[in-house]
Amino acid sequence: MQLEAKDIGFRYGDGPWLFQGVNITLEPGEIVGITGPSGRGKTTFCRILAGFESPIEGAVHMNGAPLQKNGYHPVQMVLQHPEKAINPRWKLHQILNEGYQPDQELLNLLGIEQEWLTRWPHELSGGELQRFCVARALGPNTRFLIADEMTTMLDANTQAQIWHAIMEIAKKREMGILVVTHESKLMQRLCHRVINFNEFD
Amino acid sequence: MSILEVENLSVSFKSYTDGFKEINHKVISSLSVALEAGEILAVVGASGSGKSLLAHAILGILPSNASISGSIKYKDEELTAARLATLRGKELALVPQSVNFLDPLMRVGSQVRTAANGGDAVSAQRKVFERYHLGKEVENMYPFQLSGGMARRTLLSTAMVSGAKVIIADEPTPGLDPVVIKEALSNFREFADNGCAVMLITHDIESALQIADKIAVFYAGTTVEIASVKDFVGKGEAIRHPYTKALWRALPQNEFIPIPGSQPHPSSLPSGCLFAPRCEMATPECEQAQPEMRELRDGMVRCIHAT
Amino acid sequence: MIKKFPLNRKQRTLVKIIISIIFLVTVILGGVLLDEDKIVTNLSERNSAPSLEHLFGTDWLGRDMFTRTVMGLSLSIGVGLIGAIGSASIALLLGMAAATMGKMADRIISWVIDLFLSVPHLVTLILIAFTLGGGFKGIVIGLTLTHWPSLARVIRAEVMQIRSAEFVQVSQKMGKSRWWIAVHHILPHIVPQLLIGFMLLFPHVILHEAAVTFLGLGLSPHEPAIGIILSESMKYLSSGMWWLAFFPGLCLLIVVRTFDQIGENLRVLMDPTRNHD
Repeated sequence: MQLEAKDIGFRYGDGPWLFQGVNITLEPGEIVGITGPSGRGKTTFCRILAGFESPIEGAVHMNGAPLQKNGYHPVQMVLQHPEKAINPRWKLHQILNEGYQPDQELLNLLGIEQEWLTRWPHELSGGELQRFCVARALGPNTRFLIADEMTTMLDANTQAQIWHAIMEIAKKREMGILVVTHESKLMQRLCHRVINFNEFD
Repeated sequence: MSILEVENLSVSFKSYTDGFKEINHKVISSLSVALEAGEILAVVGASGSGKSLLAHAILGILPSNASISGSIKYKDEELTAARLATLRGKELALVPQSVNFLDPLMRVGSQVRTAANGGDAVSAQRKVFERYHLGKEVENMYPFQLSGGMARRTLLSTAMVSGAKVIIADEPTPGLDPVVIKEALSNFREFADNGCAVMLITHDIESALQIADKIAVFYAGTTVEIASVKDFVGKGEAIRHPYTKALWRALPQNEFIPIPGSQPHPSSLPSGCLFAPRCEMATPECEQAQPEMRELRDGMVRCIHAT
Repeated sequence: MIKKFPLNRKQRTLVKIIISIIFLVTVILGGVLLDEDKIVTNLSERNSAPSLEHLFGTDWLGRDMFTRTVMGLSLSIGVGLIGAIGSASIALLLGMAAATMGKMADRIISWVIDLFLSVPHLVTLILIAFTLGGGFKGIVIGLTLTHWPSLARVIRAEVMQIRSAEFVQVSQKMGKSRWWIAVHHILPHIVPQLLIGFMLLFPHVILHEAAVTFLGLGLSPHEPAIGIILSESMKYLSSGMWWLAFFPGLCLLIVVRTFDQIGENLRVLMDPTRNHD
């Protein structure tokens, strides 16, 4: 179950290349960080890995085969702003169960309280919503997780809570994680190795 | 003497349950904090702790379903709605979170000029731009042409050019890379060194520590501790409140160990100390009543057990 | 401070909606149940001004104007409802289709929308109604076929916006089908739009129905539609019988405003993020 990005290149229309020739390999259970200044396409690259966007050049492979366009995507992504990643007209139990039914153990691990499930998204804080986004992304068929500035908007305690939960699950399921963050100390704390996105220019 | 003083502030919101029942949520309760000239006060807390609402309350821009009690004083005089109307944008300025607060259809130079109060607006704007290393060509650009860092400096210029005495910055740093963060923060330091008072609202304790003089820690709508930045060293022995200690310990460069649970929702606040349900040191006494802020070792803390 | 009501705002909104609906239902039922005898010609009571016995007065044939107005409104509301529901359904189908079925479908549908919008719909309406031979069927089909384009355009824009939202992309990657996303993610956002659109269409439809009938191309004169009443009354206005046009016109206005009210209040109730103001 290896995730491989081969020679990925992306640009909008006929504009200049945002990046070209990006090669990254992620092993199961491996936690890899990406650094680099903002505006160089890190987020776009993540979106390509998660299947939100198609690369202009190159391909994303899993176990040597290209990823399917339809069906459950084995690479799931958690974004910076949970408010945008959640349908404001759904109650939280609907949001949580959209992809699968997370078990109580996972909810406890992430600190999701039973009482929140009957609420609307706008009644919860960003930190609380982000736990739902994480739980939702950790379906049984998720092999790799992409965390794009996932905890940037959260306070230190919530950040540590969420990461501890994810690390525990990643270890148990041999799940690979790609971490994008500006906080070098968080990166050092979490990652086995760090890739500099600038090197691909 | 404090330039801005918030005393015993409470803010509640009227809202509706799923049925047709109306309820009042107290989102800020008995909050006191003071701002000194030449000083940066960082307001730190989780999202939902009421820190942005404090800024909105000070500037009088809370939504209409909010009700407010307590007092906010500016230069020792009550900040009434009428007084606010004359001071807002002149002596009190907000540096908003996002670039979306710039008018997308107006050249940034003229936007900054509209904020200038009296005098030669054009030369004032040019001076400020020069100071923030914004080239002459930036004047004629539209917001979409600016990079994130430039946009942020433009927002700062707007506050600067107004000659404000008090600047309130709401989450100015997230999502920026370290270089830009550093620059933005040093700009605030410069403000304060020129005699302004700065309130820096952020969830990011780390960047707050880089430039602030004092830190006010928010939890569930009130301050739990006001401490000097110098107290945040080592294992946090000098920190007074257990929540602040937990925040400090949870930083990735420290132990990265979180405490379980989460901040109580305004609809179900505990009767006693708001932090008691998650506190290791909690005793039955803590559940009796919400502790008052008290002075302790040159700081303030809202905890009966703190030493 | 406003006087303190025993009900809170959300409850008051609900009460307003209920009152509006009761009012409309009463008018419709009134039209069906009112005694037809009251509108038979009674030459002994011609042209009498409003009185307790004849609230809205009587016309030149001695028919009770109150009864005629209620029956006319009832008929107009009926026609308006069918026309507005039909138009809103077409708008929903085409709007959703344009935004979800690919570029080609979008181009064709947008072209048709522009085509319809470029001709004043009163003209199209008259043409269709005339082709179908006028009468109830002609006017209803005409109204249905002419009032959808602007709403369809609004819905298309709304769907496109939601389709690119992050939560929809996340849903796709959880393996949800297009159809599932359309029903579960997009539709809940469209319903309020559709409702407001429908409520705004309704007065439009009624007024156009009245206009076409007024011009003699809609319902036949023996059906006491509000347009016919107004059209006939015009002739008598100069002779000082103001009540003939005044009350039916006023009632039409009230009914139209009532629908507006329901639309606005429903919107407030349906949006979870607005439950505080």
